[in-house]
Amino acid sequence: MSLKNKLHDLKEKYKGTKMAPAFNAFHTFLYTPNEVTHNGTHVKAADDLKRTMNTVIMALVPCLIFGMFNAGYQHYAAIDSSLREDVLANFFTMDNLWIGIIKVLPLVVVSYGVGLVIEFIFAVIKGHEVEEGYLVTGMLVPLIVPVDTPLWMLAVAVAFGVVIGKEVFGGTGMNILNPALTIRAFLFFAYPTWMSGDKVWVYDAVNRAGTADAISGETILGSYAQNLEPVYSNWDKFFGFIPGSVGETSTFLILIGAAFLIFTKIGSWRIIVSTFIGAAVMGVIFNQVVAADIITSSSKFYGLMSAPWWEHLMIGGLAFGAVYMATDPVTASQTNRGKWIYGFLIGFISIMIRVFNPAYPEGVFLAILLMNVFAPTIDHYVVRGNVKRRMNRLKVKTA
Amino acid sequence: MSQDIRIKKGLTIKLVGDAKQTTTSVAQSKVYAVQPADFHGITPKILAKEGAKVKAGEALFYSKTDERILFPSPVSGTVTEIDRGARRRVLAIKIEADAKQSHKNFGKQKVADLDEAGVKNHLLAAGCWPFIKQRPYDIVANPNVAPKAIFISAYASAPLAADYSYTLQGKEEELQTAITAISKLTKGKVHVSAGANQQTPFDSINGIELHKVSGPHPSGNVGTQIAKIDPINKGEVVWVITPQDLVVIGELFLTGKLNLTRTIAVTGSKITEPQYVTAIAGATVADVVASNIDEDNARIISGNVLSGTQVDADGFLGYYDNQITAIPEGDDYDFFGWNRPIFDKISTSRALTFSWLLPKKKFDLNTNTNGEHRAFVVTGSYEEVFPLDIYPLQLLKAFMVKDLDEMEALGGYEVAPEDFALTEFICVSKQPHQQIIREGLDLMKEELG
Repeated sequence: MSLKNKLHDLKEKYKGTKMAPAFNAFHTFLYTPNEVTHNGTHVKAADDLKRTMNTVIMALVPCLIFGMFNAGYQHYAAIDSSLREDVLANFFTMDNLWIGIIKVLPLVVVSYGVGLVIEFIFAVIKGHEVEEGYLVTGMLVPLIVPVDTPLWMLAVAVAFGVVIGKEVFGGTGMNILNPALTIRAFLFFAYPTWMSGDKVWVYDAVNRAGTADAISGETILGSYAQNLEPVYSNWDKFFGFIPGSVGETSTFLILIGAAFLIFTKIGSWRIIVSTFIGAAVMGVIFNQVVAADIITSSSKFYGLMSAPWWEHLMIGGLAFGAVYMATDPVTASQTNRGKWIYGFLIGFISIMIRVFNPAYPEGVFLAILLMNVFAPTIDHYVVRGNVKRRMNRLKVKTA
Repeated sequence: MSQDIRIKKGLTIKLVGDAKQTTTSVAQSKVYAVQPADFHGITPKILAKEGAKVKAGEALFYSKTDERILFPSPVSGTVTEIDRGARRRVLAIKIEADAKQSHKNFGKQKVADLDEAGVKNHLLAAGCWPFIKQRPYDIVANPNVAPKAIFISAYASAPLAADYSYTLQGKEEELQTAITAISKLTKGKVHVSAGANQQTPFDSINGIELHKVSGPHPSGNVGTQIAKIDPINKGEVVWVITPQDLVVIGELFLTGKLNLTRTIAVTGSKITEPQYVTAIAGATVADVVASNIDEDNARIISGNVLSGTQVDADGFLGYYDNQITAIPEGDDYDFFGWNRPIFDKISTSRALTFSWLLPKKKFDLNTNTNGEHRAFVVTGSYEEVFPLDIYPLQLLKAFMVKDLDEMEALGGYEVAPEDFALTEFICVSKQPHQQIIREGLDLMKEELG
């Protein structure tokens, strides 16, 4: 008997039992079900939610692989800064990859493990199918945390984010806040010392603090926030050979991911483009403030405000947030016009928080979470425009 | 002056099994049936008794809400069975056809001499009223409310649909008579839409506003045409008639007989030789497709694949349908169907689905859902196939939560279930859009009138 028939028999056996959703999750992973249409359209298009989510994961894989190499590279380059002189020769090495395997892969495993277990438990308790939303969230989470984040911390945060951020609202499709960013926000507010400073971005820097072998890696935003000039070239910033969260450093790969998402029509180009526009506008405004001598170089905001506007687009988490986070269809605006407004405000507010936030010089995740909350409001006014048009049509008729 | 309709948003679903333009007539069925479910929202009051003899055109039942609306027998014969389902709901009234058909004579009428009431009463008496449907709510029209306009779509863009420029050939006289008659029922215009660059019998017909339609499906849906020509506002009613029913109405005035014979497109990949046949409404499906079908694991649909009704081989042709489609059932598992590249199915995305590379290809789709039912997640995709000035996702959600104010404000009066067939087709979450719209419209009718 073939695997297909065996699984079919098992499915019939589990049907109606508590464990059916758990079994079906594995079964539908292997086989698209034999369900047929009944009412309504007798044929259906090829896409389902699994395919949609899988496309996003594919767009994230380059960032993950790059992040694994970068974990090692930043570690060794912090010990021996001469490595930075020839990046290409010293980046894609087995040593670097090994650090990635021992540091980054466990983050991925913990994120998926904890998140999916919670998803399964909720599916079994509530008797609905295991939904695919966490497949993307589970991939995003390890890419937006510092490489040295302790695994237990990540586990706690994931549990919080999945339960409070998503399941209490009813699961995938019902949540108000982006679950991955809820997890990130929880980490940030619960364990701030592990989320900022010049130690957490480089593997082993925390352990070595205070010893003779101490190493550190300041992010570019961190340098700017202290009114220091960052040590990295613009190409390093663009390609991502810089310290930062695991998978968000390479603007280049993120843009390739964006191109893939836009081409496959899975990601909203409106949100991606408008987020970059919003960030550029805010950056230009700050540049003009500096150019007009409104603030002096003694101001604590001077470093970040004077950074050229285009540099803001490729440092920090802006690109990653714009492409992979803001585009989450559940928490973003749902109307096309609303998406323009939503994206623009995310970019605009991101740079504003980045410059003015005294404690932590990155604002993308806060900006997206804020706009998640306002997305329904934006949609409301966009849809009212349509309703008003309809009312006017009626008025013209009756007048 | 006519106004052309050009739409860009939409999706033409090209399927295998287009009907060849030859018409054969099939043998008369033994049993015909009229199924009240074809007339949505009508509660039937049965007139015919089991065992009674009826002539073609004689009423079998009438509407509980308006006893003038009669539903006629398509053939002459003996009422053999009144098939009842749960709670004694009438499922079908079956008539065993006489070998020699006899028609009830309603009398020839000179249309030009009739006034509004005359036309209306004649249509009601002869059982032609159910042909007239109304928007809002997509139900059989209420004879007491005059419509602001009447719409006729003579352009079919649905998958494998019967080509009106073929099926209406030579019916000019009937069409003209019917148009003259029904135009007396409205103070507004009679809008007819035909395909651009297509010869249609309507080219030579007087008393209509002819619109040329182009663009992908749903350009042929009358709902799309209404929205582009003269959208429905709150409190307004428009009537909708299909061209093949106009022919029946025309023939009624010309000959005094109700002749429900129509040209049916027999289509789909499970049909051996897709072609046109002539058959009478309510015929047994098996007789219509007669040995021209590969019945092995086939889904037979009375209507098109987007909004037709599933029927068995011993089921009956729907009262309004001029198409039968047979496609393969998709009741099989697909190994890694959610992530492997797909070439043989249609998709509007490009997520390893490659139908965008094959714009000319005709697909052999089956009835598999290609995934499981989920909550709404993806946004922005419905808008690409939805040409009305309505937010489809927001409207669906309003319909699901039964928020009457929102249903009304977002355009509930302007839609029919078939307008949401394409969004349902592409829905990643596999939500039953047409069912949601149907239930919502029923609620609106009940609560808002």
